[in-house]
Amino acid sequence: MHHLLMLAAQDPGELQKGLTAVGRGIVYGGAAIGPGIGIGIVVGNAITAMARQPEAAGVARTTMFLGIAFTEALALFGFVLAFIISG
Amino acid sequence: MLLGLDVPPISHLVRWENLFGTDGPFGINKVVLLTWLAVIIVLVFFFSARKRQLVPSGTQNFAEAIVDFIRNDIILQTMGSEGLYWTPFLLTLFAFIFVCNIFEIIPAIQMPVTARMAIPFFMTMIVYFIYHFMGIKHQGVGGYFKSMLFPPGVPKALYALVTPIEFITYFFTRPLSLAVRLFANLLAGHLLLVTFSILTAALFSATYIGAIVPGSLLVALYGFEVLVAVLQAFIFTILTAVYIGGAMHPEH
Repeated sequence: MHHLLMLAAQDPGELQKGLTAVGRGIVYGGAAIGPGIGIGIVVGNAITAMARQPEAAGVARTTMFLGIAFTEALALFGFVLAFIISG
Repeated sequence: MLLGLDVPPISHLVRWENLFGTDGPFGINKVVLLTWLAVIIVLVFFFSARKRQLVPSGTQNFAEAIVDFIRNDIILQTMGSEGLYWTPFLLTLFAFIFVCNIFEIIPAIQMPVTARMAIPFFMTMIVYFIYHFMGIKHQGVGGYFKSMLFPPGVPKALYALVTPIEFITYFFTRPLSLAVRLFANLLAGHLLLVTFSILTAALFSATYIGAIVPGSLLVALYGFEVLVAVLQAFIFTILTAVYIGGAMHPEH
């Protein structure tokens, strides 16, 4: 740890670059957790609905895409935010 | 540098030089030219399908299939038969976004126009003004804001929580997510293809045999990006239909 701090004192730009990269990773990784679970729930339930009532598969599919779109938006915000963060 | 590979920074992947000596806000670069090309492709396609025949063939067949898709799978599912008035608008939107998206995987072009924020942002602004205008036109200013901010069937005390959320949803989250969804999906796809291309090229020049795995994955990703191009055009169109339909008829 002491060694790292010494290195950072010598070249603060490198430390900042590294920490920015870590921050980007955390932002995108964190943003992907919730939507990942959410899309799983949406698609799983849509498949259950389609299997139970194949004649309503069209409606279920449209609604499923809508649900995916709404859920996915959060992950995409994280993706864009990860690029916006700059050191 | 990533794993010893020379991955260019993101600004190099989506930013293009101005052409023809133009400069400033009216500078013409590759993306602008591709946007014009998309407009021309959509116009030529639908004008060449105008020659109506009783038994459709070729272009007309394809055009009718798209119109049918917009009618049956988007408008009738979300807006009901009253929404058929919006068929031309949604059809244009769908066709234009799809052509802009599919530029991502066409060899020698390889640049999705929608991966620059300007195009999704501008289309979102159009949709944003249209759905607020339709809401005010159909319900009146007071009625529209009342049904938007104070949805019926909510306990009175909860309005303190619901009203700000609804306000943010209608005025900020909806347009933001509509634009960012299209933009980020295409940007992510573009970056994915670039990364795998660089990986394949590097492995091919180092060890010929090693390029097989990322190379075949790259081909599979091209197929996946076709799916993304269609799906994102579909989602943008269907969300537009949902927003306009919701503004015209609030849930009771």
